[in-house]
Amino acid sequence: MLCDICGKNEATVHLTEIINDKVTKLHICESCAKEKGAEMEEHFGLSDLLAGLTDLGTGVEPELVTTAKCPSCGFTYDDFKKMGRLGCSECYEAFRKYLEPLLKRIHGANRHVGKVPISAGKTIKDTQTLQTLKMQLEKAIQSEEFEEAARLRDKIRELEGKGKSGKAKG
Amino acid sequence: MTIDDFLKQDSEWLKGTGPNSDIVMSSRTRLARNIDKVPFSNWANKRQLEDILAQVSQAVMATNFLKDATFFRIKDLSEVDRLFLVERHLMSPEHAKDVEFKGLIVDPKEIVSIMINEEDHLRIQVLQSGMNLRECWRIIDEIDTEISKRLPYAYSPKWGYMTACPTNAGTGLRGSIMIHMPALVFTGQIGKVLQAIAKLGLNIRGLYGEGTEATGNIFQVSNQASMGMTEDDMIDNIERIISQAVLREEMTRKNVLSKNKEALVDRVSRAYGTLKSAHIISSAETITLLSAIRLGVDLGIVKNLDKTMVNELFILTQPAHLQKLEGKVLTSNERDVKRADLIREKLK
Repeated sequence: MLCDICGKNEATVHLTEIINDKVTKLHICESCAKEKGAEMEEHFGLSDLLAGLTDLGTGVEPELVTTAKCPSCGFTYDDFKKMGRLGCSECYEAFRKYLEPLLKRIHGANRHVGKVPISAGKTIKDTQTLQTLKMQLEKAIQSEEFEEAARLRDKIRELEGKGKSGKAKG
Repeated sequence: MTIDDFLKQDSEWLKGTGPNSDIVMSSRTRLARNIDKVPFSNWANKRQLEDILAQVSQAVMATNFLKDATFFRIKDLSEVDRLFLVERHLMSPEHAKDVEFKGLIVDPKEIVSIMINEEDHLRIQVLQSGMNLRECWRIIDEIDTEISKRLPYAYSPKWGYMTACPTNAGTGLRGSIMIHMPALVFTGQIGKVLQAIAKLGLNIRGLYGEGTEATGNIFQVSNQASMGMTEDDMIDNIERIISQAVLREEMTRKNVLSKNKEALVDRVSRAYGTLKSAHIISSAETITLLSAIRLGVDLGIVKNLDKTMVNELFILTQPAHLQKLEGKVLTSNERDVKRADLIREKLK
C-alpha cells in the first residue's frame, strides 16, 4: 500500500482520525508521518485544549459565541478561543455564559471561596466568609464533627444577624 | 544584589534543609494577580505595559518585605543571565522570551521573586527548602496583603482574583512540591504512585524530562484547580498527598537496602566513579548520576560527601551556571568539558 499523502513510499503508519463523528483512516509513510507529527506538535497548545472545552455544554449557538465582545477592552470570544487567554478582568462578566461551564470543567467549581483583598471592603469580606463558613459547616456535618458544626453554625448566625441589622439601619 | 552575587550563594530550593529534606527538595507557592481595570499583559498596549511595569515595581519595592530586593528589567540582561535566573527557579522559561516590558524582583535570599508582565501583571513566588508548603503560603499571603494595600487588584466576589488564563482564576494560587523518588523509580513502582497522585487532582511532571522518564528522578507536584476551595484547604490537600508519597519512598528505600543492597550500592558507586573520572559529560547524564549519589548520601552509602555540595552540583552544572562560573559564553561541547572539570574538582 502506498502513502496517502506523497503516493510514493510504502505506507507504514496507520492513523485513525475522528472528525465530527466521522472516522477517517490515513495510511502514510514514515517521513510524511514525521511531518504530520511535527505539525500537530507545533500547533497544539493550551489554547487548543481550552478551545476544545469551551464549546462543550454551553448550549449557545456557535455564531453567537464567536461574535461576543468585551465592552471594556474589545476582546472577542473568538480571540479567547485562539489565544486561550482573556483580554481584561471585565471579560469574565462579558463572557460569563461561556466561562461558567468552562471554569466548572477546569476547577470542578465556578465560584471563588478563599482570600478577599482588603480593598474589596468589609461587606464583600463578610459575604465571602459566610460562604466559606457554610461550606465548612456542610463538611463538618458530613464527617459527623458535630461540635465543630455547632461552632460554625453560631458564627454563621452571628454574621447573618450583623448583615440584617445593617440593612435595617440603611 | 547583582546576578553575580546570586552565583556566590546557595539557591533556596537546593539548600537541602527543612522537613523531609532527604526526599522533598523544595516547596513553592505562587499567586497570579492583576491590576484592576487594566488589560492583561498579552492584550495591553505598549504604554499600558510600561505603566504596569512602573506601577508594580514601585508598589512592591515599597513593602517592608521587599525593600531590600533587586529589580531587574529583563531586556537589559544578557541571554546567559536570563537563563541563569530560570535555572535558579526565580523566573519561568516564558519570562525569558519577548522581554521588552518584563521585569523581575528578587529578594536577597532568593526566597521571594515577583515576575512583572509575564502572563499576568504579577506572579508572586515564594520558595522554601524541604517540605514547607504551609510556610510558603504564610509568607506569600502576608506579602500579597502588603502589596494589595498599594495596588488595586482585579477581584470580584464571584470569580475571585481574575487572571489572564481561566485555569488560574479564583485564588490564583499554585502550590508545588519538588520531590526526589529514586527508590520508587528503581523498583518500578513509580508509575502507580504517579497515577494515584494524578487521580487525586494534582498535576505531576518530571523536573527535567517528562512522565516516568523524569531525568534525575525529580518530580514536581502541584494543584490543578485554583477555584472553589480555600487556599488553606488547597495547601493542606497537597501536603497530605505528598506526605503519603514521601512515606512510600521512605519505605521502599528501607526495603531495597535490606533486600537488594548490592544492586543499590553498585548503582551508587558506579555513579560516583563516573562523575569522579569523566572528562566530558552532558547535563542529562550528570543529573541522572547526581540523583544516584544523592540517594547514596541519604542512605549513608556514600559517607564522605556533604549533601549541600551534591545539591549545589545539580545547579552549578546547568548551562548558564557553568557559563557564569567561567565568565564567558561556551558552546555545548565546551560546556560538557567544563562540567566534567567542575565535578571532578568538587568530588576530589
